[in-house]
Amino acid sequence: MNFGRRQFIHTGLAGSLLLSFSGWLNAAGARRFSAAEREMLGAVVDAMLDGVLPAQSTQRRPLVAQTVDGIATAVAGLSAASQTEIGELFGLLAIAPARMVLAGVGKPWREASVSDVGEFLQSWRDSRLGLLQGAYGALHDLTYGAWYGRPDSWEAISYPGPPRGYF
Amino acid sequence: MEDPIRVGLAAGWKHVDASALAHSQTIDVDVVIVGTGAGGGVTADLLSATGLRVVLVEEGPLRSSSDFKMLESDAYPELYQESAARKTADKAINILQGRCVGGSTTVNWTSSFRTPPEVFAFWQRHFGLQELSAESMSSWFAVMEHKLWVRPWDTPPNANNKILAAGAEKLGIAVGSIKRNVKGCWNLGYCGMGCPTNAKQSMLLTAIPAALSRGATLYTRLRAERLRFAGSQVSALDCSALQADGIHLSGRQVRFRARHFVVAGGAIGSPALLMRSSVPDPYRLLGKRTFLHPVVISSALMDDRVDAYAGAPQSIYSDHFLHQAPIDGALGFKLETPPLHPVLYATTLQGYGEAHARLMRDFTKVNVVLALLRDGFNPASRGGRVRLGAGRLPVLDYPLGEVIWEAARRALLAMAEIQFAAGARWVTPVHETAPGYTSWAAARKGIAELPLKPFLCRVVSAHVMGGCGMADAPHRGVVDHRGRHFWLDNLSVLDGSVFPTSLGVNPQLSIYGLVARNASLLAAELSGRPLPVIP
Repeated sequence: MNFGRRQFIHTGLAGSLLLSFSGWLNAAGARRFSAAEREMLGAVVDAMLDGVLPAQSTQRRPLVAQTVDGIATAVAGLSAASQTEIGELFGLLAIAPARMVLAGVGKPWREASVSDVGEFLQSWRDSRLGLLQGAYGALHDLTYGAWYGRPDSWEAISYPGPPRGYF
Repeated sequence: MEDPIRVGLAAGWKHVDASALAHSQTIDVDVVIVGTGAGGGVTADLLSATGLRVVLVEEGPLRSSSDFKMLESDAYPELYQESAARKTADKAINILQGRCVGGSTTVNWTSSFRTPPEVFAFWQRHFGLQELSAESMSSWFAVMEHKLWVRPWDTPPNANNKILAAGAEKLGIAVGSIKRNVKGCWNLGYCGMGCPTNAKQSMLLTAIPAALSRGATLYTRLRAERLRFAGSQVSALDCSALQADGIHLSGRQVRFRARHFVVAGGAIGSPALLMRSSVPDPYRLLGKRTFLHPVVISSALMDDRVDAYAGAPQSIYSDHFLHQAPIDGALGFKLETPPLHPVLYATTLQGYGEAHARLMRDFTKVNVVLALLRDGFNPASRGGRVRLGAGRLPVLDYPLGEVIWEAARRALLAMAEIQFAAGARWVTPVHETAPGYTSWAAARKGIAELPLKPFLCRVVSAHVMGGCGMADAPHRGVVDHRGRHFWLDNLSVLDGSVFPTSLGVNPQLSIYGLVARNASLLAAELSGRPLPVIP
C-alpha cells in the first residue's frame, strides 16, 4: 500500500471539513436545493451524461435542468436520514473551499468544463476513502435514475417502454 | 382490468391511512401484526380465520393494480424501501426491499423454491432445530404452493433466461426451471413494479384480502415504534403515523393493546423494532447474523436483441455452484437472471460519461446473469448487524470480507464463461475497473486479477434474512422454532428474520411455509382450538 503524504493531507482535510460543516448545514433539517447546489448538480449531470446529452448547449441546458429537478424529486423520496446525508454532501460541494479541496475543481461549478468535472468524478470513484466512493455512487445513481426514469430518454437506448393498449 | 383491492375497499374493507388521522388513538384488538409482507400476510389470514380480531400495521402505502403503471419512476418511490436505494451503512451494498402493502411479495420476481433439505439439516446440527426438516415442512410448503398458485412455468423462458440455459448446458452445467406464484400471467416482465394484471399471487392479492374480508383492519403509513412490556408480558404497541409523503412523522400516535403481538417487519425492520423496545437480549443476539445473499453481476453483449425487460424475469436457475463444496465450506452461489429496465440497469452499471452512454446504447442486446452468494454457513461468513441510527431507525452494517470476495471471483468467472459459451461477444463484471473482455480466455485472465473490494465491485441484494434467529435455546437464538420470543410470552416473530442462516434460494416460499406452520400453531393456542395435525 502506497499511502503517500499527499493522500494523507487530502484525507485529513476531507475528514475535518466534513465534520465541521455537516452539522451546521443540516441544522435546519430537510430543505430545497439552493441555487449553488443546483449549479453544482448541473455541472455533475452535464459531465455524467456526456455522450447522452446533445452537444449544442441550447438543447443541452434544459435537459440538464430537468435532470436536476429529477434528482430533487428522487432525494425527497429517500429516508430522512439519507436526505440528511445527501444534504451534507450537496451543501458541502456547493461551498467554494470544499469544491476546491474535496473535489479538486478550481473554477466555480457553472464555469467548470466537462473534463474538469470528469476528473473530479474519477478521483472520487478511485478514492481510497469509502466516504468519497460512496458519494460518487450517490451522484451516479441519482443522475442516471433521474435521466433514465424519463420516457424521452428511452429512444436513444431502443427501449420501447412498457406495453400499452390493454390496460 | 378489475382491481380487486378497490372492489374490496368499496365493499367495506377496513383500511385506515394513518397519514390522514386527525387524532391520536388507542385501540384494543386480539392480535396486532407488524408488517404485511410474506410473514404478516400469512399470519393475518390464518389468525383471522379462527375468528380473532386482527390489526395489520404497515409503514408503506396501499397500492394496487390500478396504480401499477410499469414505470420505474413511479414504482420505486411508491413501493420500495428508500425508493429502491436502501443501502448498507457504508453504502457498498444496495438493497431492494418492498415497502407497501404486501411487502416484497408485491414487487418480487415470483421465484418460488422450498427451503433446501441441506439447509434444514444445517439448522438441526448448529441451532438445534430438530422440529424443522424437509419432511416435517413438506405439507406446509404444499399448502402454500396450492394457495399461491406456485406451479411450473410452462411459457418458454425469455431470451435473457435462455442465454443462461444455453451457456450452462454447453458447459455441462445443470439448470432448472423456476416455479412461479402466478395465475394467468401475461408474461410482461414488469413484476418488480407491481403486477398490473393481478396475476402474481402476492400477499396483496391473496392472504391480505382474505383477512380483510373477515373483518381485519389494515393500517398504512403507520410506523411501529415500540412494544411496551412488563415482566414477560407485552401490553401494547406504540405507533407513529407518517405524513402522506411516507417519510416524516405526522405527530399522531396510535396505541394498540392486544393479547398477542406478531412482529413481521422483515429482517431489518423486525430486529430494529425489538431493539427500540429494549426487549430482553441477554446474549446480545438481536440484529446479529443478518444475511443478504450478496449478489455480484455479469453483463454480456449479444449479437441479437435480448430485450431483457420483456417476459418473466426469472425462469431459469442453476444450483451447480452450490454443490461444489460442503455447505459450510467455500461459499456456493446460485445463478439467476434479473429483468433489465432502464433505471435499474443504468444505476447498476459502472462508469459515467461516454463510457456509460456507450454501454447503454446496447441496452436491448444485453444479457445479465446474477450470482447469489450463500452466506451464513461458512464459519467466517457471519453476515451483518442491524443497529439503530438517526431517528432510531435501522441501519445495517455488512462487512464484505475475504470469504465473500473469494466466492465473488469464482462467480464472476463462472458467469463470464457461461455467457461466452452462449455466444456473447463481450462480457464485463459490473465492476468499476473491469475493462470488459472479448473472449473467455481474456476474461479468465482479467477476472483472476481484478481487485475485489467494496465500491469497486458492485454488490446488491434483494434477500434480507436473519437478525432474530431461531434456535432451541436462548443462548443461541432470539426465538424458538415456532417464532416465539424466548423472554416475552405473548410475542412472536413470524418473518424471514428468524432464519439462522441464509437459504441459498429466493426466500418467499420459505417464509410462507414456516409462517403457515407457526401462525397455525399460534391460531390454535389463541383460539383454544385443537392443534393442526400435519405429519
